[in-house]
Amino acid sequence: MRSTGSSPAPPPAPIPLTLRLNGREAAFAVEPEVTLLDLLRERAGLTGTKKGCDRGQCGACTVLVNGRRMLSCLALAVAHAGDEITTIEGLAQNGALHAVQAAFVEHDAFQCGFCTSGQILSAVAVIAEGRARTEDEIREAMSGNVCRCGAYANIVAAVRALAGAR
Amino acid sequence: MRAFEYVVADSAASARALAQEVDGARFYAGGTTLVDLMKGDVERPPRVVDISRLPLTAVELRDGVLRIGALARNSDVANHPLVKRHFPALSEALLSGASGQIRNAATIGGNLLQRTRCPYFRETRWRCNKREPGSGCDALDGFNRTHAVLGTSDACIATYPGDLAVALSALSAAIVIAGEGGERNVSLDEFYYLPGDSPQIETALAPGELITGVELLADPMHERSHYLKVRDRASYEFALVSVACAVELDGQRIVTARLSLGGIATVPWPAYEATRVLKGAVADEATFRRAAEAALAGAVPRRHNAFKIELAQRAIVRALRTVCGGAR
Repeated sequence: MRSTGSSPAPPPAPIPLTLRLNGREAAFAVEPEVTLLDLLRERAGLTGTKKGCDRGQCGACTVLVNGRRMLSCLALAVAHAGDEITTIEGLAQNGALHAVQAAFVEHDAFQCGFCTSGQILSAVAVIAEGRARTEDEIREAMSGNVCRCGAYANIVAAVRALAGAR
Repeated sequence: MRAFEYVVADSAASARALAQEVDGARFYAGGTTLVDLMKGDVERPPRVVDISRLPLTAVELRDGVLRIGALARNSDVANHPLVKRHFPALSEALLSGASGQIRNAATIGGNLLQRTRCPYFRETRWRCNKREPGSGCDALDGFNRTHAVLGTSDACIATYPGDLAVALSALSAAIVIAGEGGERNVSLDEFYYLPGDSPQIETALAPGELITGVELLADPMHERSHYLKVRDRASYEFALVSVACAVELDGQRIVTARLSLGGIATVPWPAYEATRVLKGAVADEATFRRAAEAALAGAVPRRHNAFKIELAQRAIVRALRTVCGGAR
């Protein structure tokens, strides 16, 4: 929360920021304390990325930064000038679901859906990294994404189907 | 989060200058610790100096020394072929920490400076000598199941939470620090300060100094190294106890060994008493047990954490059994 009244100096002016969002260049002016998560949700209108704990514990805010999965709640937006950010909104191409999205539907890999964006972005990266060779590896690699509905068995099944894991 | 000034450094020298201009300035690399603590109002830097784009990411082996840049990402270092081959304990420690997302953002330098997970430190309504020097410690008689039993003081029993530094201790690593008059190396074991009566002072870093890298000797002993982490759940959790060890064997005899403990002490804990027991001894269960007992001989438990002593002893025996070749 922003401190009020007692601040000796006025807040710093917003900083111009340009990055690539889901393949398109996007320009903003943001205060330094704006996280990448809040930039996506509040400034870019991309509310598919979810704010769960906002403290780096749940994985709901997972996005790809230059192709690598990271937590957008623990990143300052201004530190990502020029970076390529991929959110859940950027996965489908020409109206066709990404293979991981389709696998989540196929395997019924969610219940309430709140963690699903983060689960899917994480799964996209895990499969690309080639570290999903067994069910145990998938569980370990996906441990940063918490699901309160307990859809883990079906999430593992969806990832396993795509990764060709044993 | 409180408002702060954001500036970007374009060199290690400019980073140090920008940090020295403002009391309480902090460096920003991966953000995973700093942003979290700023949201909790535990860290309140008036200025944040972004060092994330500095060219300090290389992992290089030169003249038998592996140098890891301070801004190398945890996941890149953990999976680096040189690290896996020459320092398996380092790779294991990094992969046992946090989650895939956090390892992709977190840096080696930042990881070394992560703050304790003591809930009394991280929640501002409690008294904490580390957060507010002289205010008292609510952990001493509070819920202290996760707290330290080694290296504690009347002022602080907060556990050093990291995995990386514990492995680096067993691997006799040095921290490279840029400060006044250039770079200097500080051994891992001298880098961290015991809490004593000033738990707010955690490391040898002076204000404005910057970690630029870590150096490790590519010694054959380090190829026979192992990191074992014991925790409440199988993944994405801090250690209750962890053991890093490296041994040089001559047949069944231990020529020399290094053993360090995590999750159980206020700093990454070099178990010198254990290594003295191991040196020259036969690598068998009896030796491992004697080493384990020596390592914990000075432990001081509190109300809820006495279980860590036996847990650590068992973990030490298991880690030594593994690293010495799995003889049962």
